Amino acid sequence: MFRFIVEILEGLRIAFRALRANKVRSVLTTLGIIIGVTTVILMTCIILGLNKSVAGQFAFLGSNTVYVNKFEWFSHNWREMMKRPDITLEHMRRIEEESELAVAVSPWAETQRTVGFRERKLSRVDVGGTNENYILTNPARPEIGRFITAADVQHNRHVCVLGYEVAQRLFPQQNPLGQRIKIGSIPFRVVGVQERIGKLLGQSMDNYVMVPIGTFMKEFGRHHWMSIIVKASGPQEVENLVYELRGILRRARHLGPLEPDDFGVNQQSSLMNAFLRIMGGVYLGGFLIAVISLVVGGIGIMNIMLVSVTERTQEVGLRKALGAKRWMIGWQFLIESAVLCSIGGVLGVGFAFLGAKGVNGFLPTTMPPWVVGFGVIFAAVVGLFFGIYPAMKAARLRPIEALRYE
Amino acid sequence: MQNNHLIELRDIEKIYKVGTIEVPALRGITMLVRPNEYLAIMGPSGSGKSTLMNLIGCLDTPTKGTYTLAGEDVSRLSDNRLAEIRNRRIGFVFQTFNLLPRANALHNVELPLVYAGKPIGIRRQKAREALAAVGLADRTHHRPNELSGGQRQRVAIARALINNPSLILADEPTGNLDSVTGEEIMAVLDEIHRQGNTIILVTHEEYIARKAKRIVRLLDGLIEKDDYVS
Repeated sequence: MFRFIVEILEGLRIAFRALRANKVRSVLTTLGIIIGVTTVILMTCIILGLNKSVAGQFAFLGSNTVYVNKFEWFSHNWREMMKRPDITLEHMRRIEEESELAVAVSPWAETQRTVGFRERKLSRVDVGGTNENYILTNPARPEIGRFITAADVQHNRHVCVLGYEVAQRLFPQQNPLGQRIKIGSIPFRVVGVQERIGKLLGQSMDNYVMVPIGTFMKEFGRHHWMSIIVKASGPQEVENLVYELRGILRRARHLGPLEPDDFGVNQQSSLMNAFLRIMGGVYLGGFLIAVISLVVGGIGIMNIMLVSVTERTQEVGLRKALGAKRWMIGWQFLIESAVLCSIGGVLGVGFAFLGAKGVNGFLPTTMPPWVVGFGVIFAAVVGLFFGIYPAMKAARLRPIEALRYE
Repeated sequence: MQNNHLIELRDIEKIYKVGTIEVPALRGITMLVRPNEYLAIMGPSGSGKSTLMNLIGCLDTPTKGTYTLAGEDVSRLSDNRLAEIRNRRIGFVFQTFNLLPRANALHNVELPLVYAGKPIGIRRQKAREALAAVGLADRTHHRPNELSGGQRQRVAIARALINNPSLILADEPTGNLDSVTGEEIMAVLDEIHRQGNTIILVTHEEYIARKAKRIVRLLDGLIEKDDYVS
């Protein structure tokens, strides 16, 4: 055991001395490893960051909430689906009347309009129509003022609630409450501003205006695709609610027992699943790039180690003449290869750190300490693996031939 | 202990295979060396003296015959066992010095102790002593390219001595040196011999061989003459 430690320390000293003698060559050789480690670490950081932020941010869709839509989310059969009838307020009324599991029901219709206050204009703002129950089905809360009330809905009032970002940009200095803004060309009175939600996949979730559903239909058209948001009493009730809603909708649509649903009942979890699927694909892609560059990098390392063995044939011969056993020589070159790769690993982690800082603007990233350790150790393992062949070649050199080698 | 011989070579043959052709390099060598002998091996190129030196130095094994070094049969050992024997028993001095170019004198000298598994403290101390013994106490941190040829060979001799070997094997130790420096190195070897070491010198220069007490002359893989120098 003690001898082993002596050997490792000696191997490290030899490795560093040899690498210092060939600085430029060493760094160039590790380029493949650097790229590989950078890719792996950066991917990991982005995915960890996304998972962390997305898990939190999908909550804006509301937990325990089911969406009744014209389409199933993430379905590809568009042509067939275009023929489906629209979801209407009548369906919502049926759900309100018939559902026993629904805790709250709200409609949701949306379009995009330019929103203006005096000379200030914001183009392509999401305009949503809903009713007073939206704050029950979805987690958003008013920051100041109030939300749309039942009376607003009943009388089709021209009142609106602003998303946080819209409020910030239209009213940088003033209190927006009570002010008159224009949505398209229609005047509305601001009654509230919603809490900030933040960004999802780099896109602001606060760039919207909400108005009563009736007013929405009257001013912006009746033929927008509408959704109905239904909240269950708890997570374990979501499946039952979906089942019940399908029954209600099928009755309302007069579908026969063999006819398929011509509407979609969607859950937040399906969005999360789709997201995870996409991330899985992204991860696989990054993983492949990393594996390829690590293999290429590893072969580069193997190549340079073979060169190094040839260059130092005489040195190997001398060391053997002085009593170095096979494994000691092999060990020396293995350590050198691992150290070389670890340097690449350290540089790769450094570049990944800078890269993570760089993409933080549009993608959330986190770099936990274990990722750093993982990157360096992984590189060292690559070095050990690709160092095996050159090390064996060095270990097998016969001392007399090696000594005579010029 | 048989006859108190340090080296016993009995009917040593060495045959090299070049492709399918067998080339005999040694054709039956029998030679005995006592401790503290100072012996020179001479012979023209192709006489087999390098081969014999490699065998004596445990760098190679004979095709036939037995070699007993300090009472231990070393003629059929594995690579790793031979490495151990070399480390413990033999100190090499080469014509081209064979120092590690990137390591300083101290590190070059301590190398055999590294492979003997000695900790760094002992290594450093012994290496300093060995360098002082060859008159290089003030050159411990110089690299080979900062030393003269004679100084390099002294470092190599210090390295050969550091593990207290049974045998110093010097292969043309003055071959790369001018005659004055060569004389100096031969004086160092002389001194080492006086201190009780066994030295085997391989050379093709008569005046160098005359420094030894016994000269073995090889010709065509056989011992032609084995004389004590008067």
